[in-house]
Amino acid sequence: MAVKIVEAAFDPWQVLPAHQQSVSALAGKFGATSVFVGTLRDFNEGDEVHGMHLEHYPGMTENQLEKIIANAQQQWRLLEVLVVHRVGAILPNEPIVLVAVWSSHRGDAFDASRFIMEALKSQAPFWKKEYLLAGGERWVLNNTDGYQAAG
Amino acid sequence: MTITVHYFASLKETLGRSDDELSITDAITVRQVWQLANPEMPLPPNLLAAVNMEYVELDFLVADDDKVAFFPPVTGG
Repeated sequence: MAVKIVEAAFDPWQVLPAHQQSVSALAGKFGATSVFVGTLRDFNEGDEVHGMHLEHYPGMTENQLEKIIANAQQQWRLLEVLVVHRVGAILPNEPIVLVAVWSSHRGDAFDASRFIMEALKSQAPFWKKEYLLAGGERWVLNNTDGYQAAG
Repeated sequence: MTITVHYFASLKETLGRSDDELSITDAITVRQVWQLANPEMPLPPNLLAAVNMEYVELDFLVADDDKVAFFPPVTGG
């Protein structure tokens, strides 16, 4: 398991193979890799967004993420889990979060990655402040349920 | 005993500070920590609390050297 909180922009498509190759226990054993990447949009709640600041609680963030992963490891048969999360100043199109799960079979990989992502959204102590193109800034008050609203 | 209190995000901005240090004589709950540190401000709705980086309910009893944290709902990911 690996949890990384990073201040600099990262490319998940470079981080993923590098991490996979660094975990020797994966070699020949994984049949499924489920990857989720969350990226900063340039819009939210009807407004154009030109940037974001992501605050976190150092120490507790890592503790919570490790507990979430441990919880997933108890529910599914997982070979490796990687979570990378940005903090600080973020621009649209930049990845905010990467959740990658390696397992022998797809069901475990799919289900665990969704579980980890949803738990992260509700338990890991991160807070987003948006900077609006029209001027001003606002704290994001709540996470959505993850689906685009009808209409 | 001494307790450190940390505030985050919008709560930190509203209060205008990120930390408090409290000296208390009797064991008190997390709710009482808030009331002692912020006598002028009612408990915000949806307030989350942690002690030593673990989520707790507001009736959790704090101990010497504990680090209490108050923050709004989390919005990562």
